[in-house]
Amino acid sequence: MEKSFEIKGLKKKYPGFELIIDSLSLYRGEIFCILGPSGAGKTTLLRLLNFLEKPDEGEVFFDKHKFTSQDYWPSLEQMRQITTVFQRPALLKDTVWGNIIYPLKIRKQKIDKDYILSIAEELGLSSLIKQRSSTLSGGEAQRVALARALVFHPKVLLLDEPTANLDPNNIKIIEHMVAKYTEEEKPTVVWITHNHFQAKRVGHRICLMDQGFIIEASDNKTFFNNPTQHKTKEFLSGEMFF
Amino acid sequence: MEGLAESLMLLLTLDPYVYDIIGLSLRVTGFALLFSTLIGVPLGTFLGLTNFRGKPLITALLYTGMGFPPVVIGLFVFIMFSAAGPLGHLGWLFSVRAIITAQTIIAFPLIAGFTMAAVMSVDKNLMKQLIALGATRLQASWAAIKEARIGVLVSIIAGFGGIISEVGAVMLVGGNIEGKTRVLTTAIVLETRQGNFGVAVAFGIILLAITFIANLTMITLQKKHLFEQNE
Repeated sequence: MEKSFEIKGLKKKYPGFELIIDSLSLYRGEIFCILGPSGAGKTTLLRLLNFLEKPDEGEVFFDKHKFTSQDYWPSLEQMRQITTVFQRPALLKDTVWGNIIYPLKIRKQKIDKDYILSIAEELGLSSLIKQRSSTLSGGEAQRVALARALVFHPKVLLLDEPTANLDPNNIKIIEHMVAKYTEEEKPTVVWITHNHFQAKRVGHRICLMDQGFIIEASDNKTFFNNPTQHKTKEFLSGEMFF
Repeated sequence: MEGLAESLMLLLTLDPYVYDIIGLSLRVTGFALLFSTLIGVPLGTFLGLTNFRGKPLITALLYTGMGFPPVVIGLFVFIMFSAAGPLGHLGWLFSVRAIITAQTIIAFPLIAGFTMAAVMSVDKNLMKQLIALGATRLQASWAAIKEARIGVLVSIIAGFGGIISEVGAVMLVGGNIEGKTRVLTTAIVLETRQGNFGVAVAFGIILLAITFIANLTMITLQKKHLFEQNE
């Protein structure tokens, strides 16, 4: 598989916490799930991957370019290959349609109505397309956020607990959409979740983080059936204490 | 009562003197509002969206400007444009340009201050999300202004209200010259002093109507803003 990100010796320090990633590679066409307790550094890693934060040390290779702590500013074009869906959907005071096409408008890209409507249909948003975002439920809003994130064909999709607080039906719709998009467009998907059942359902590779470190990262089958690290076994059995 | 009847007659018969002054007032205030909006909205947006070391000081200066006595601003502009002043060579004293300058200085802190408050109320998560979707800082800032559009409009109307009814600064820098710098407020002062109550009342009715419409618009927009927030 084609490598999209390569991380070497990445460090990011905050008061009372340090993220240290010695080595990590991410690939196109895979869903890389990150599991771990709160405060493990999952969101910090995500923020480094979407260049919203600068590391203190280390290198990240992305889009054939080496980014170091001294030079961690990608071009606008590089930034626009990456998108993030956060846990809490933040929509514009506009219709569902207006929200979904926003990334296309800022990129001055052609608005392919058929493609957008097909995404809306997959996400169960067809009947809501003219509705104002303020009238949507939490699940509907999150589906709009996902549609908005996919409409411009991103090469990297970062998901920060996108289905936390959603009902099973909405979770199913979102998981299905991300899996379908990954199959068709081969982006790199990094999915943070607290739910290891979800990781088992959607992830191609799974990683457990704790206290700023990657404890274990392996393919789905190995991670769940034959984890090598004691902490991974504890986490999966629900016995991990922090 | 006679004055009131005279005023209505002047208004209904489209008296040229009255309507020239109304026209000049609206033009002068219109330009001042335009310039103060062009300065105030970007400044308010910048202050609302950013954090930097000098921000508390600048915000304090802005709030001071919002409550600054307009006549003192008029005095400052008078000194600047006077023959001995640094901008005396422009020859703007006792002209509409001087009035527009004074009104712009009066209005822009109001517009900037209220815009800042409106933009600060925009969900911070939204800004983070827009950047994550590929918006440049400028595009995200424009989106923030659009999200806070009701508040921004209210700020502009507040700026308008602050200058349309101002008299001290306008009198100082404009000189109240007939056909040149005589606006509604200064005309009211003059006509009242001269005992022409009909004319003064006519101007008063117009000024009251303009101010009332502006305030009514502001209240309607604020109600709409509160409704949208509570949806």
